[in-house]
Amino acid sequence: MNIEIFGAWVAVFLTLAIFSFLYKDNPFYKIAEHLFVGVSAGYWMSMFFWTQIQPNLFGRLWPSSQYSESGVWYRIYDLLGVVAGNVFPDGGIDKGHDLHFIYLIPLALGIMMLLSLYKPLNWMARWGIAYTVGMAAGLRAYGFLSSNVLGQVKGTIMPLVNTELPLFDLVEPSHFNNLVILVGTVTGLLYFYFSKEHKGVFGNVTKVGIYFLMISFGASFGFAVMGRISLLIGRFVDLLKFSGEQYHHASIWVLLLMVILLGYSAYKEKENPEV
Amino acid sequence: MNDREFIIGSVIFTIAFLIYWIVGHPYFIAERIVMFIAIIGFGGTLIFYTRKAQRGEDIFLRTIPGLKAVEEAVGRSTEMGKPVLFVPGIQDMDQVETVAGVIVLGHVSKMTARYETPLNVPVSRAIVMKAAREACKESYLIEGRPDMFHEDMVHYVTDEQFAYAAGVNGIMVREKPAACIYMGKFFAESLILAETGNSIGAIQIAGTASQAQIPFFVTACDYTLIGEEFFAASAYLSEKPELVGGVKGQDMIKLVIIGLILVGVVLRLGFDMGIININIMELLAAK
Repeated sequence: MNIEIFGAWVAVFLTLAIFSFLYKDNPFYKIAEHLFVGVSAGYWMSMFFWTQIQPNLFGRLWPSSQYSESGVWYRIYDLLGVVAGNVFPDGGIDKGHDLHFIYLIPLALGIMMLLSLYKPLNWMARWGIAYTVGMAAGLRAYGFLSSNVLGQVKGTIMPLVNTELPLFDLVEPSHFNNLVILVGTVTGLLYFYFSKEHKGVFGNVTKVGIYFLMISFGASFGFAVMGRISLLIGRFVDLLKFSGEQYHHASIWVLLLMVILLGYSAYKEKENPEV
Repeated sequence: MNDREFIIGSVIFTIAFLIYWIVGHPYFIAERIVMFIAIIGFGGTLIFYTRKAQRGEDIFLRTIPGLKAVEEAVGRSTEMGKPVLFVPGIQDMDQVETVAGVIVLGHVSKMTARYETPLNVPVSRAIVMKAAREACKESYLIEGRPDMFHEDMVHYVTDEQFAYAAGVNGIMVREKPAACIYMGKFFAESLILAETGNSIGAIQIAGTASQAQIPFFVTACDYTLIGEEFFAASAYLSEKPELVGGVKGQDMIKLVIIGLILVGVVLRLGFDMGIININIMELLAAK
């Protein structure tokens, strides 16, 4: 059995194990779930380290381009290299970066996060959280204002008098569509106005807003379901492919085995419900 | 700083900027003037209402139905002797939805501490785990039940989106929580979580600003806080004046935006008909 066939059997087993959740929670699902959670947690940790921390942090603190054996900074590096040679290879880290001491700040914040494991100093982790939240808020304010506010205003100021546009067209721009965008945006915005109860005329206007929102949610739902169906078809195509002779009918055998075992388990459960 | 000083400061800033503008505004990218005015204007509005709230002035916010449901859900869990499951989304603390989710978690954990109801918070990011733990710990301390708090009530599952969904599904079907609360940023796992929660008969409340996921929560949950309702809810529940004032300030900004849109439409109408000479679209095209 070559590795491709073995991989197909594993893929079939895991796919069917996950699908078996549709019947009920069972040992097959538990195996797939724990395997998936465990492998992914380990995988992401390794990925973050080797794609972020090692090249982008250590690679900027000890780049090979500025390596010097006599410098104190690189002596520390060499010392670290003795402890973990593959993380800190000889002659500095070659990831095309220059030396930037500013990266000592993220290093310090990272160490502070790790200190949450040490109870007397675990308050230090709050600094990392505060930095993340504050930095993101400041960094995104400009982008949000530009795209979500001014972009929206610009996109809503539609021409209501333009001889080139038809009066009504469902697909192409038309005066009717422009009017729908204008009314939908204004009433939608008013729905999210919290300083006034939704009563009277204001209540009726916001009701129009929520109708617009619900119609857009419905369209979005339909679109997403279509996407999910294509994913399902993708899995079925694989299962059909792996049921062929080339893969020793993996799908059929695994499915049969699962059905028999789950059936037997259901039968035993019925016979002895306390177990 | 009192109101008088605030107004004097604003006037001094405006005059200083006008002088700077008249003398040729060196180092200022003139094409970004619209953004500059927007930032100063919106920022000023938010500061004004935040200060108002901090002074203890009465700020009215309409009731949001999903908010009352949170209390009902925790009460139901208490009656049934089952845990409350809180899912703060799958993104990190750099997302505003996650921050709002952690604020709501603080409120939920206060209730679970008060009613002695078990709380389970599976998370998918290390920083969120730390922040959520801090929020829960503080709530249990405030409620005078530090003995009930244990760090494992907020636990890491995995960073991987669907592995996280599979793990949370497993928790749902095995622990059978009476209430599932989803507050944060979600992606394709939203329907998987909400459907499983529905299948176990839990009362479900969701809150997210992830536009593509709201339909799934609306379909499968009992209550859904849509978009900004979620942020308003987190401000309302936190009872922090700066957040409540922020919501009020944002309301005023919305009115300004609606006004801008309507004025813009009229100006464009006038321009298209050849009545006026101002092209609003050119003005807004400035970055």
